[in-house]
Amino acid sequence: MPSSPKPALQVENLGVIFRDASGVVHALHDLTFSIPPNGFISLIGPSGSGKSTLLRVLAGLVPPTEGEVRYHTDEPKIGMVFQSANLMPWRRVIDNISLPLELKGVPRQEISERAQDLIHLVGLEGFERAYPRDLSGGMAQRVAIARALIQDPDILLLDEPFGALDALTRERMGDELLNIWHARQKTVLMVTHSIGEAVYLSDQVLALSTRPGTIILDLPVELPRPRQPEMRYAEAFSELTHTLRDTLQEDHGLAG
Amino acid sequence: MPRQFLSGHFLMKMKSMQADTAQKTSPFTRLAYLLISLTAGVLLWHLLTIVLGLPAFILPGPGQVWRRFLQSLADGQLQRHTLVTLGEVLAGLFIGGFAATCLGYLLAKSATLEKLLSPYLVASQSLPVVAIAPLLVIWFGPGILSKIIVCSLTVFFPILINTVVGLREVPQDLRDLMRTLKASPLQTFRKLEVPAALPIYMGGMRVGATLAVIGAVVGELVGADRGLGFLINVGRGQYDTALVFVAVFTLILQAMALYGLVLLIERQFLSWQSWRQEAG
Repeated sequence: MPSSPKPALQVENLGVIFRDASGVVHALHDLTFSIPPNGFISLIGPSGSGKSTLLRVLAGLVPPTEGEVRYHTDEPKIGMVFQSANLMPWRRVIDNISLPLELKGVPRQEISERAQDLIHLVGLEGFERAYPRDLSGGMAQRVAIARALIQDPDILLLDEPFGALDALTRERMGDELLNIWHARQKTVLMVTHSIGEAVYLSDQVLALSTRPGTIILDLPVELPRPRQPEMRYAEAFSELTHTLRDTLQEDHGLAG
Repeated sequence: MPRQFLSGHFLMKMKSMQADTAQKTSPFTRLAYLLISLTAGVLLWHLLTIVLGLPAFILPGPGQVWRRFLQSLADGQLQRHTLVTLGEVLAGLFIGGFAATCLGYLLAKSATLEKLLSPYLVASQSLPVVAIAPLLVIWFGPGILSKIIVCSLTVFFPILINTVVGLREVPQDLRDLMRTLKASPLQTFRKLEVPAALPIYMGGMRVGATLAVIGAVVGELVGADRGLGFLINVGRGQYDTALVFVAVFTLILQAMALYGLVLLIERQFLSWQSWRQEAG
């Protein structure tokens, strides 16, 4: 979208330090990056690099110790998808999806229309009245994505959303996420620890170092869209994954 | 259905403590088993009185107890005393439950408060209410007030604990979700904490319902002028052992009915867990 040059999200000199009984943990250090509107950005890094912490700061769950996070609006609406589907087991699929609008006091009629649209978008027709315990892992995560989308968020934050799924389901969910992203024109920031997934889905991949997490690589991914599963075997694709792998390994070698 | 539910389901629950597989039998089979078991019990009791040949003031037979039951119904004393005990139990359950729920909520929210109060709570739990029932009767008189207090104290602890545990078990991820959605504290309470804590909370209510009956009877046995515990004392004093049996059976039924009522409420509110009953 060249027409809107203003970034959807800007992070400047962000640092996060946790203090607890066991001492001080320097989770994030001096992060600066910006995310263009409607971009798909992945955040990759070793375990304990503070990826999830960064996402929680962006979601407003953890206050930054230093630096700042700026959204293009003052009251950004956040759609968050957690590692586990994180559904309310006592609510049916449709009611789980409706929750964000219910909290905003949107009229019933409108809620049910928008929820129905999303049911259609994520391909869950026929499961509206099901309870979460009757859903497979992939279906539950679709409900979670629909719930995150229903309030038309300014940014969609995904914290390793497909981490618990098997490899094939995971790839299919990735393709579906891309379709949804195309259909809804959203800014997406996804945490993942799969290099292939990051490259395949994103416009831009941010690699974080081991603790304290800081950006060691800001890699643009200029593969054509729409992405096709065969692209995983293309030369450009493997070059990108190699670059990422080398960067992460080098950092890991230094730290270890 | 309701009657079968009360009795059949109660036994089911008792059994399910040992084996969950018992839940797969059909309601009809369960009812049949219950009837067979009850008939066999009564028959055995009848045989025992014949074989032992004991006088009725030591061990009355089922027939004598049944006649005493009809007689006490006819002169109205059974209903009167049952209602007194039931009133005490319900009032104790309500007052003790309400206090425990409020304090439990505060304890779950504040770790400081929990640390401050936990010595008292642990002490109060290790103190058997039975032991202080005589004191409460001395202080609050032989009327229903002292019984309501005994009841409240008995139900207080299990409900308090289950409130705290229920609220603590609310998944952190769901709390985070509510925060990202900018839910107000009241919304978080209504839409997350209450439904999430309810299964464990209702478990506390179930225990409380049966304990409340024990509390009321203990209070009445210590000193009272009415209630089923009083009726037991009267029967004992007059060597009217059949009357003691009638009172004891009424107490059992009362406890079961209360337990069943809580289960019914639980089912109503926790229908999302209904896969347990529907399975098979």
